[in-house]
Formats: sequence, structure tokens, C-alpha cells
Amino acid sequence: MLDTAPAVRKPPGRRTSGRVRLRRRPRLGPYLLIAPTVAVIAVLMFWPMLQIGIMSFQKVGNRQLRGEPAEQVGTGNFEKILNDPFFWQTLKHTVLFAAVAVTLTLVIGTLVGLLLNKLGKRMSAFVAGGVMIAWATPPVTAAIIFSWLFGSTGGLVNWTLDMLPDALVGGGWSDHNWFATPLSTYTVLTVCVVWQACPFIAVSVLAGLKSVPGELYEAARVDGSGPWRTFWSITYPMLKPIFLVLVVMSIIWDFKVFTQLFIMSGMANRDAFNLSLYAYSEAFGSLNPKLGMGSAIALVLTVILLVVTALYVRVMVRQGETR
Amino acid sequence: MRLTTAKRPGGAGGRPPTMRRLTRKILLNGTGLLVFVLAVFPVFWMASTAFKPNTEIFSTTPKPFPVDPTLEHFDLVLNGRIAEVSFWEYFRNSALLAIATVLVSGLLALMAATAVARFRFRFRTTFLVMLIVVQMVPLEALVIPLFLDLKTLDLLNSLGGLTLVYIGFAVPFAIWMLRGFVAAVPRELEEAAAIDGAGPVRTFFTVMLPLVAPGLVATSIFSFITAWNEFIFAYTFLNDQDKYTLPIMLQFFFGRSGNAWGPIMAASTLLTIPVIAFFLLVQRRMVSGLTAGAVKG
Repeated sequence: MLDTAPAVRKPPGRRTSGRVRLRRRPRLGPYLLIAPTVAVIAVLMFWPMLQIGIMSFQKVGNRQLRGEPAEQVGTGNFEKILNDPFFWQTLKHTVLFAAVAVTLTLVIGTLVGLLLNKLGKRMSAFVAGGVMIAWATPPVTAAIIFSWLFGSTGGLVNWTLDMLPDALVGGGWSDHNWFATPLSTYTVLTVCVVWQACPFIAVSVLAGLKSVPGELYEAARVDGSGPWRTFWSITYPMLKPIFLVLVVMSIIWDFKVFTQLFIMSGMANRDAFNLSLYAYSEAFGSLNPKLGMGSAIALVLTVILLVVTALYVRVMVRQGETR
Repeated sequence: MRLTTAKRPGGAGGRPPTMRRLTRKILLNGTGLLVFVLAVFPVFWMASTAFKPNTEIFSTTPKPFPVDPTLEHFDLVLNGRIAEVSFWEYFRNSALLAIATVLVSGLLALMAATAVARFRFRFRTTFLVMLIVVQMVPLEALVIPLFLDLKTLDLLNSLGGLTLVYIGFAVPFAIWMLRGFVAAVPRELEEAAAIDGAGPVRTFFTVMLPLVAPGLVATSIFSFITAWNEFIFAYTFLNDQDKYTLPIMLQFFFGRSGNAWGPIMAASTLLTIPVIAFFLLVQRRMVSGLTAGAVKG
């Protein structure tokens, strides 16, 4: 579609005669067009973010919900959190889970992407289609399916482990409860999240690979480069921009994982909380809601993610995405 | 394709090259098949369980396919004998929410995408950066303030209030996706319409809209899925059972009836199938929207 008169549009850059005409008009148009969106985002995203900041220095509970003004507590909420070993435990869970899940997602996703690129056309489309199904599954359903697969009665995973020779995996799996300890809960959560997140990485890596000129690989082959070397000296540098985006997005997604953990392990199982579940349970988990405390925890999470986002925006701007 | 194939100088072992190519092909396709099976299996297992009678679900020797398929679980779910309220009522709530989200966010996104793709104006870059940032905000953290805001506006426990929230979530990505489609419409077409005497409104409806329609469909499906799948906000904001959406009904049911895996899987299947179908329709555009041009290097 670009070859419709490129000569007219391209060469003089931005100020072709056609556009000069547009430029002279009083230009309210674009502002009117974005105004509703800006309003929606301001009201539904920026104002609430500001509120989190404000509320994290307040006590907001049942009385405030009945309409009394909020009580200022200064840095009280943060002092309480930072001195509470439970907060550090949830932070540890969040960071460790993100580290493991992001690494696994990226490694497996990239490998699948490379595989899709190597397969024949039809086979590649077939496998990609299957992989998409994992991505498309709603998080709520995914969490329920994995609870069933890892269930203690009738769960397929326990059955399989029981079938395997004891020397390999040990015995006594038949009624093993995967949701008894945080470690094994997070194991199931990791499997579930990685299963859902890999496809996106794989498909993006595939799209990237398709854009790498074939001559480069040709040249590498002529020079006798093996697959490992070819990956690190051609594929990786060529895909570096896309990897950066994928790493940042994965970190953000895995840091704030909520729905899956909420369904698998629930609000009652405090030992397995991560930051977002902890914030939620402080705010809504009991009959004595502590929205201020919840906001303070949510603020910690938001600040961590904003730092990561800042990195992401820098990458996007440098790559010319905002042009 | 056969890029890194050949050339492992010493390792050939004297086998004829056709033989080696064949083994390689079998190995590759075998791995591909394995990946396919691993990716599809959980969803397959969900659907398979949904059709199994209870004796087979809890059998000590699970079979991949139902030996004696039954619709009893679907019957339980669809005829409202699981949580007093009929499945169709939850379905209606979910569908209403999703459709309202699609319509409003589609309109907003089309307007904003036109602005971004067709005009250069001050704050344009600021606006685009804002769209990126907003997509990265942990929505989970916004539950608390939005709960209070909706409470103040008396919009808690209402599907209308929830729609408002979903629109906010869907719009940024929708704009990001649509702007490429708008930019791809040749400006000359609009100019030609203008020369023929069509006003901006007429030009929009006769030239622009038909050409961005495919993009609008893709964006709409994305917004639909966002609203259809959403869990925490619906869970937190809705109190009355007759206002629940499908994911809430599923969670509620899952929490209450512990091990009734048959009906749980039947309900999950009903929730999932439309999403997978829609998703497969638009997945290509989703990918290019999410990583938009990051490949350019």
C-alpha cells in the first residue's frame, strides 16, 4: 500500500505542500480527538495512582467508608510494613517468583520461537496455532485447570508421578497436596504462568527471526559457524531490541501476578502471599478493611514497576516507536 | 531454514547426507509435535474432563478421552442447578459488559488513533508515552482507590461502573493497535474525497471507516477479551449474585464445591471456548500490536 505515489509523499520530509495547508488551520482537531481518551485515562488511571500515594499516608478503614474524613498517620503505614517480617516474606516471594518465571518464560519461549522458525511452513503454522491456545486461555480458567491437574484426588500429575519408578521421583505421590507449602504452590503457579506466557515470547521471537536477512546466516554457514555461535553472534544481536521489550514486559507481568495465585491458593493461605495478594487482603480481606495499609503496599509494588516501565519507555522512544 | 543445518565438520560419521537430513527432519517435527501437545494438553484435559462421568474423573487409571461421554455436567451448569442462578444470567452480564466496553473503547480509540496517525501536534509524543506507561501500571494496585471512587459515585455493585473501569483498561492498547491501521490508509484517498466536495464527516464515513474496519474488528475482539476475562475488579466491586460475571461465577463455584471437577470443567470450557475462538482470529495483529515494530532494529 506504500507504493501509491511514494514520490509525492516521501522526499521533502514532513513539510510537503499538502501538509502546509493543514498546518495553517487553527488546529483544534487532534486535541478534540484525544480529549475523551485523556479524560478517561486521567480519571481511571492517573487520579487513582495519585490516590494510592495519598492514602498510603492515611488510615482508611470502616469509619472512613462510612464517610468520616481520613486520618493522617504520616509514615506510620510504611514503618509498620517495613518492620514486619511478613512484608519482606511477600516481597521475597514476588521477586523470586518473577526471577524464576521470567527466566523460564524467556528461555523456553525463545527455544520454541527458534523451533517454529526451523519447521516447515505447515508444521510451523500448526504448532503456532496450538501454542496460541495456551496464550488465549483466560487466567481464571488456567488457574482452575492447573489446580485440577495438580489436585490431590484424581489429579493427573500425582497419578503420573506415582506411576514413574520410585527410584526416579520417590514414592507416596498418590495423595500429595501441592498447595500445602509456599514452595510447591509457587511451583504450580510457575508452571501455569510460564505455560501461558511462553507463546507470546515464541511468536514475537518468530516475527523477529523472519525479519533477519537470510544472507547473514548464509555467510555464517560459509564461515563454518555452529548453531550456538550463530545464535549468539547473529540471532541475538539482531533480536536484541525485541528481547529488551520482551524482558521488560515479562518482568512487569510476573511481578503483579494476582488472579492465578488468588484462585490456586486463596486469601486464607497467607503463607503463600505475594505483594499484590498481600495488598489486596489488607484492603479487602477482613471485616476490618485497612485501605491505607493496602495502598502503602500497593505503592511499593507500583514504584518497583514504574522503575521497570521507565526503562521500557526509554527503549521504546529510542527505537522510534513514538514517532 | 536449513541455515545452521549442515556443517558440523567432524560429526558426519560417513552417513549419506539424505539420511542425515531425514533424521533431522524427523527430530525437528517430533519436537514440534511435542511442543504442540504440551501447549494444548491442559485445555484438552479440561474439555475431556467435562465430558467424563464422575466414575471416570476419579478413576485410578485416567484415560485421555472419555470412554463413556456424558453431558450431565453441562446440563448441571446450563440449567442453573449449581449456584441457584442460571448460567445464562452470568453469561448475559459478561456479554453486556464486554459489548459496552467494545463499543465505547472502540469509538474512543478510533478518534485518538486518527489524531495520532494523521496529525502532528504538540504533546503528541507525550500522549504516546502516556499510552505506554498506562499499559504498564499494575491494575491490581488500582483496585483500592477505584473501589473508593466508585463508592463515592454510588457506582459500586453496578455493571455500569465496572464498564467504565474496563474502558479505561482497554483504550490504551486499542489506540496503540489501531494507529497502524489508520496510518496505512493512503492520505491521497481522503484528499481525493475532499476535492470531490466531501466534508470531513462524509470523508470519514465513506473513506476512512471502511478501510480501517478490519483493524477495528481486531481491536474490538481484544477489548472484548479484556472485559470477558477480567477477574479482580468484578470480584471486588460486585456484591449481588445476579450481577456476577462468568469468571466470578466460576471462582465462586470452584471455591464452594471443592472437588466437583466435572461441572467445574464444563463451566470452564464454556467460558474458554469463545475466547480461544476470537483469539485465534486476531492473534497476528495482537503480536504486532504488542511489540509494534521493535524488530526494526
